[in-house]
Amino acid sequence: MEPVSLKTTRRDFIKLAAATTGGLFLGFQWGETGAAAMAAGADADVLLKNIDFNSYLSIATDGIVTIASPNPELGQNIMTSFPMIVAEELDADWSKVTIIQAPLDTKRFERQLTGGSGAIPHSWERLRKAGATARHMLVEAAAKRLNVSATKLTTHEGMVIHTDSGRKLSYGDLATEASALPVPAEVPLKDKKDFTIIGKPIRNVENKNILTGKPLFGLDVYREGMLQAMIQRPPAFGTKIKSVDATAAKAMPGIIDVVTFKNNVAIVGKSTWQINKARKALKVEYEADGAIESTADHDKLFKALLNSNTATVRRQDGNVDTAFAQAAKVVRAEYQCPFLSHSPLEPMNFFAHVRADGVELVGPSQTPDAARNEVARLLGIAPDKITLELTRLGGGFGRRLKTDYAVEAAELSSLIKAPVKVTWTREDDMLGGSYRPAVRYRFEAALDAKGNMVGYKLRGVGINAGNCTREDNFPSGAIDNLLIDTVEHKSPITTGAWRAPITNFLAFAEQAFLDEVAEAAGKDPITFRLDLLERAKQKPVGAVKYDIDRMKGVITLAAEKAQWGKKKGIFQGFSVYFSHRSYVAQIAEVAKKDGQPVLQKIHVAADCGIVVNLSGAYQQVRGGVVDGLGHAMFGKLTFKDGAAEQKNFTAYRLIRFKEVPEIDVHFVNNGIDPTGLGEPALPPTGGAVANAIHKATGVRLYDQPFAGKEEIKGIRLGERM
Amino acid sequence: MASYKLQINNRSYEADVEADTPLLWVLRDHLGLVGTKYGCGVAQCGACTVHLNGNAVRSCTIPVSAIGQSKVTTIEGLSEHGDHPVQQAWDEIDVPQCGYCQAGQIMSAAALLAKKPKPTAAEIDTAMNGNLCRCGTYHRIREAIVSASTKLK
Repeated sequence: MEPVSLKTTRRDFIKLAAATTGGLFLGFQWGETGAAAMAAGADADVLLKNIDFNSYLSIATDGIVTIASPNPELGQNIMTSFPMIVAEELDADWSKVTIIQAPLDTKRFERQLTGGSGAIPHSWERLRKAGATARHMLVEAAAKRLNVSATKLTTHEGMVIHTDSGRKLSYGDLATEASALPVPAEVPLKDKKDFTIIGKPIRNVENKNILTGKPLFGLDVYREGMLQAMIQRPPAFGTKIKSVDATAAKAMPGIIDVVTFKNNVAIVGKSTWQINKARKALKVEYEADGAIESTADHDKLFKALLNSNTATVRRQDGNVDTAFAQAAKVVRAEYQCPFLSHSPLEPMNFFAHVRADGVELVGPSQTPDAARNEVARLLGIAPDKITLELTRLGGGFGRRLKTDYAVEAAELSSLIKAPVKVTWTREDDMLGGSYRPAVRYRFEAALDAKGNMVGYKLRGVGINAGNCTREDNFPSGAIDNLLIDTVEHKSPITTGAWRAPITNFLAFAEQAFLDEVAEAAGKDPITFRLDLLERAKQKPVGAVKYDIDRMKGVITLAAEKAQWGKKKGIFQGFSVYFSHRSYVAQIAEVAKKDGQPVLQKIHVAADCGIVVNLSGAYQQVRGGVVDGLGHAMFGKLTFKDGAAEQKNFTAYRLIRFKEVPEIDVHFVNNGIDPTGLGEPALPPTGGAVANAIHKATGVRLYDQPFAGKEEIKGIRLGERM
Repeated sequence: MASYKLQINNRSYEADVEADTPLLWVLRDHLGLVGTKYGCGVAQCGACTVHLNGNAVRSCTIPVSAIGQSKVTTIEGLSEHGDHPVQQAWDEIDVPQCGYCQAGQIMSAAALLAKKPKPTAAEIDTAMNGNLCRCGTYHRIREAIVSASTKLK
C-alpha cells in the first residue's frame, strides 16, 4: 500500500438544510464543485440532488448530534473513532451523540473503504474541521442571541457558555439559528493538549446491539420475498464446468431453481438448510482450464525461482558482488510461508435485488464503491441506479476488498428476477480463493571483519504475489551494497490482500534473519538494529523512506518496558517493523517449564501517532498480535490438484482462547497526526516469537507455520506458570 | 416436513421444517432469531452457541427433531434488557471488535458462570476454548468473565 499524504485539500463546509427541518445540518466538501454546491446549499432539497458532499453531521433541536460514519466497520472500531474526532472539535456531549452507518454515497463521502490502515490518517483533518465548523457557527449564534462578542464565549459538552455571566445555551437550542449563519471558510482547530474525547478509552458504540444479538451483519439480512441461494463454484483452481446435471437437486424440497452462469451453479430456494442439502445432490463435472497445481509443485518451483536469472530488480545500492566477494563472513537463510485463508468468522454473503428500475445491494464489503461499479458494468447500467447499504462486517482481513461475492449475487438476482441472498458456507469460503500468497525468501548478508553488515541481498519469489518485498523499508538506507529483487509465478490460484499484505510474512523473515546476522556479528539484536538506524541517519545510502526517529522510538520503548536483557530465566526475542505509516516493536518472552519452552508474554510498543480511542486502539494492537501469532504458529492452506486441502476449521487451525500469551501494549506519545493502526501490529509478531524461541532452544525457525515442527514440538503457548 | 413446537426464550414457537434441519437454521431462517451466528457448520467455532436446558451447545449440529421439550435460550433471551452480568461485563470491558462471534462467546461464558460462579483460570480455558474469535479479543473475554463472576450474587 502506498503512503497516503497527510495533507488534505482545501474544502468548504456548506449547509445542507436548516429552516425546513430545524436544527443544523452540515455537509462538507472540497474541490471545484464547492461554488455550485454552496449556491444550492440553502435548500433542503440539496440532499436529494446528489451534490458532491463528503461527510456530514447534524444537530437536532433536542441537542442530539447525529454523525454519519461512512467507512465499512469490520472490527477496527471506525464507527466509534470517526465520530469521536468530530465530537472532539464540536465539543459535543458524547452521551448525546448518535452514530449511523452511512450507505455508499460517493457524492457525499470520499474513500469509503476499509483497507491499508488508512481511514483515520485520511480523514483526520476533515473530521476535525467538520466538528470545528459547526462549533464555530453555534458560538456565533450564541453571540448574536446574547449580544456579546464571540470571544467571550466558550464551549463545553454541548453547551455554549458566556464566561462573564455564566449564562449557558445548549447546542440544540442554538442549532436552528446557527444553521442560518454563513459557513466559515477556515476555522481554527483545537490545540491537541485540549483534547477531552480523543485519546480516551471510549466503548464501542455498537456494544449494546452486538451483545444482545441484533441483526447487524450481512448474513442477518432477511427481506420480504427474498430467496436464498448457495453457489457451487469449481472446487479446484484451473478447472471449469464440463457438465451440470441438476435434475435430482431441482426435485428436492424447497428448491425453486438451479441456475448455471459462468462457472457457477446456483441453487435457489427458500431456506439455507434446504439449499445446502440440495446442493449435495448436484452432479457437476469439471475439466481442466489451466494449470492444476499442488503445494508439492510450488515447493520445487520456489527453489528454481530463487535461482532464476529473470528477476525484477526492486532496489540496488552499491555493488553487492564486490561486497560479498570481500566479506569476512556471509550469512544466508531462506524462509517460506504457505497460502492463508482470510477466514473472517462471518462467511461471504450478499443480498441483491435487481429490478427493472434499479438495483438494491446490501451486505458486508470493504470496497462498496468497487462492488457497485462492477455490478453496474456487469448489468450495463449506470452506477447511480444502484444503491448499496453497508452492513457491519463480521471480519474482513482483506477478503472483502474483493467484490466477487457481491457481483455474483447481483448476477444471480438478474437471472432469476428476484431478491436473493447468496450465502457461502465455510467450505466455500476456504475453497473460494483470494488467499495470502505463498512466498519464499532468500536473505544474504555480508559482514566485514568488524561485524558490520556491508552487503545485503534479498530475493523474494511468490505465487501471484507481485512485488513480495518492501524494498525501501529498513534496513535499506543503512547498507552500502544492497540488492532486492523478486520473481513471480502466475497461478490460477487466486490471491489478494491479506491483513498487512506481504509484510505479514516478510517482516518475520527479515526480523528473524537480522537476528541471525546480529548473532553472527556478535552483537545484541537491539544494538545491532539501532546501529544500522544510526548509520542510515548519519550517512544514508540511497533513499530512506521510513522515519528513523520513530523507529528508534518504538525500539527504545519496547526495550524499556520489557526490561530487555535484564530478566533471569526469561528468553527474549526482539522484532520491529514499519508498515502502513506506523511503527511497532515487540519483545516476546519465552520461559522454560519442565524443560519445554512456553511463550508467556509479548510486549508491544506502537507509534501510530495520536491514539484516537485508547480502548479500541489497545485491542486493535493486541488483536493484531494474536492474529500474527496465530497464523505464524498454525496458519496453513495447502493444495492438491488445484484444490485447497483444508476445508473447514477442523483442519484449518486458528489460534484459540487458551493459547494467547499475555500482551502488554504501550503507545509512543509523540503528538503527530494519526498514521494508522489496523495492520501494523501484526507483522512484527512472528519474528519476535521466533527469535525468543531461538534464544530459549537454539532452534532457528525458517518456515511458517511453526507448530508441528519436530524441533519445537514441546512448545506451549500462553500457559500460565 | 414436520411441525416442531419449540420452547425458546420462555416462549413457544412453531416451525414447519425438515427433521434434520439444524436448530441454528430454524432460529435464523424460520424464527427470525438471527443473533445466533453461522460460522462453520461443524461445531468448531462456537458462533452458534445457545443454551439447551442451561448447557452451552452448538446449534449448527443439533437437528430440530432432537430438541423435544428442552428449553432453548438464545442471545436474544439471555436477559430481558440486555443486562445479564455477562453482557454488562462485556460492555464495560469493551470486548467486541467486529462482534460476530460475541453472542456465542457470551452464551458459553454465561453457561459456565451459571454452573461455576467463581471459575478457575483452567475452567475458563476449558469452557471458552471452543469459541473462536478471529479478531483476537480473547484477553478481554477472559477479563470480562472474571469481572462478571464478581457481579453474580
